Amino acid sequence: MSAQKPRTLFDKIWDAHVVETLPDGTALLYIDLHLTHEVTTPQAFDGLRAAGRKVRRPDATLAVVDHNIATDDSRRTGIVDPESRLQVETLEKNVVEFGVPYIPLLDDRQGIVHVIGPELGRSLPGMTIVCGDSHTSTHGAMGALAFGIGTSEVEHVLATQTLLQKPAKNMRISVDGNLAFGCTGKDIILAIIGRIGTAGGTGHVIEYAGDAIRALDMAGRMTVCNMTIEGGARAGMVAPDQTTFDYIARTPNGPKGDALKRAIEWWSTLPSDPGAHFDTEIRIDAHAIAPQVTWGTNPEAVLPITGVVPNPADVADEAKRAQMQRMVDYMGLVPGQRLQDLKVDVVFIGSCTNSRIEDIRAAAAIAKGRRVADGVRAMVVPGSGLVKKAAEAEGLDRILKEAGFEWREAGCSMCLGMNPDKLTPGQRSASTSNRNFEGRQGPGGRTHLLSPAMAAAAAISGHLADVRDYQPKEAL
Amino acid sequence: MQAFTKLTGIAAPLPKANVDTDQIIPARFLKSISRLGFGKNLFANFRFKEDGSENPDFVLNQEPYRRAEVLIAFENFGCGSSREHAPWALLDFGIRCVIAPDFADIFHNNCFKNGVLPVRLPKEVCAQLMEDAKLGANARITVDLEREVVVRPNGEEIPFKIDPLRRHLLLNGLDDIGQTMQHAPAIDSFEARQKAAQPWLYA
Repeated sequence: MSAQKPRTLFDKIWDAHVVETLPDGTALLYIDLHLTHEVTTPQAFDGLRAAGRKVRRPDATLAVVDHNIATDDSRRTGIVDPESRLQVETLEKNVVEFGVPYIPLLDDRQGIVHVIGPELGRSLPGMTIVCGDSHTSTHGAMGALAFGIGTSEVEHVLATQTLLQKPAKNMRISVDGNLAFGCTGKDIILAIIGRIGTAGGTGHVIEYAGDAIRALDMAGRMTVCNMTIEGGARAGMVAPDQTTFDYIARTPNGPKGDALKRAIEWWSTLPSDPGAHFDTEIRIDAHAIAPQVTWGTNPEAVLPITGVVPNPADVADEAKRAQMQRMVDYMGLVPGQRLQDLKVDVVFIGSCTNSRIEDIRAAAAIAKGRRVADGVRAMVVPGSGLVKKAAEAEGLDRILKEAGFEWREAGCSMCLGMNPDKLTPGQRSASTSNRNFEGRQGPGGRTHLLSPAMAAAAAISGHLADVRDYQPKEAL
Repeated sequence: MQAFTKLTGIAAPLPKANVDTDQIIPARFLKSISRLGFGKNLFANFRFKEDGSENPDFVLNQEPYRRAEVLIAFENFGCGSSREHAPWALLDFGIRCVIAPDFADIFHNNCFKNGVLPVRLPKEVCAQLMEDAKLGANARITVDLEREVVVRPNGEEIPFKIDPLRRHLLLNGLDDIGQTMQHAPAIDSFEARQKAAQPWLYA
């Protein structure tokens, strides 16, 4: 056999999962882990039932409720909204009928599907991971190939444990050098999307590389991979390294002992080979990234916090000018206005992008000994019951509550406006979530995306604020 | 799945880029456990005012576009969430074909699974088709998947390309799970090999 040509991380995981290649080049790709939740599965289980099909690998499937549940105490006495209740009850019925492992609402391990997969040690390097949710890209931080699918594909994976896929193109984004003071994984990914645009990654899988990515902890890498989809790429990945292996060793359900040793041997072969071909290469200087905040209604409309609202009149292209004008109008902005002068009504710290223990620590570090500004509603929603318990063990809940933040139960919460946590029309939020689309957090709501520390600074000051003015330098 | 062969109908112009799936069907309407009924909330934030009344300025509230079967938009249509409720909502409203310069990947996949045809055409062609569409009921557009052409109201034919496998499935309305099931022996042997090499993947 001739020497194999150098391959990327994506190529290696892809090749290891091709069951068969069809004549037209479509691959039948094996799926190692299928995460499911209440919103994108009812029609898939219905389809199985109608065709008399079974779930092929219940042991490679995990179900949890996260999207439309309440994040306050009301969840303990049953779901109030009848449609939400029916969706959750439908999932609970389906997991019993099809034998799928399920984490119920009141279980400590319950949480956002993209938080619990890695946290429990179910999402591992080298795996193919899918879920009926676009933010499945998050799990790529483990060194896995992870991407979102639609409900028909959910049904296909449940029935066959495979998907019909065409290979993606390879893109590498290297973030070189060290991150500047006050910056996080969130600032990296927002800056990247600002650079490549919302469709910049379409058709690609993005591998994130470079010193600044290597230096991120697993939570930071998950934040970066999570928002990959906002740049148009279905999957983002970070090659597994010692940081990854150490993280997995601490998880409750990851491989242990000899199995872990054997797994690490294989995982260590996964990083892209020297000379591997990338269809697109992008380099970014980490030090040039300042704390980021979005001003418009897609994640590409992002600026450093020191910036001002752009002026549509400065844009030559007519369609782009109209789009920018629509964003300025929807967001209730005035061209030239300083972003730091924008008063906020709501601060949301949570979502599959930023609700891990590291994110809550970052928010608490800013909140400590300070008070949420008058008239601001600030909420912290841990990504899982385990994150919540860990934060409480560290006393972070006390710091946040003393500062005037709400301390809530795990769920998707105000990220997407399909559960009781919503903005009302015209409200402006500083949010650690992933989408600032029109109406995303509730009809008429105005969303500014930023990091957890930036969100906490906005809560304290009552307006968008530069976290560097609030962060003690010695803390870094 | 309903087959898609050839369609002649009214096209609605939606001259916007980055139409995301939260616009197509906002998350608060995703609570149904059926595939049907999402059409009434298609583009809900544009179609309805805060008091629930119709917004007369939105194209799908105007005649003849209430009966549109084709939607024409600009770049990156269907970006954002993976929700298949987006093509379900389009289909339930009566839209069988979306024409745009390009589509977000997951939405593009989801369309094919539901008998909705996404057609990629250059931006200037989309702009031209939008001008045609503005003529309303007098300007029917034909989308012929068999021949892979869009026919403008003036008879001009514009070719497009669809992946051959997807075209075959769509023309015949085939469910691809049944097709994949025929590969069960290959899946069995893949699993046996993987289980030997990576036992930690098997409970």
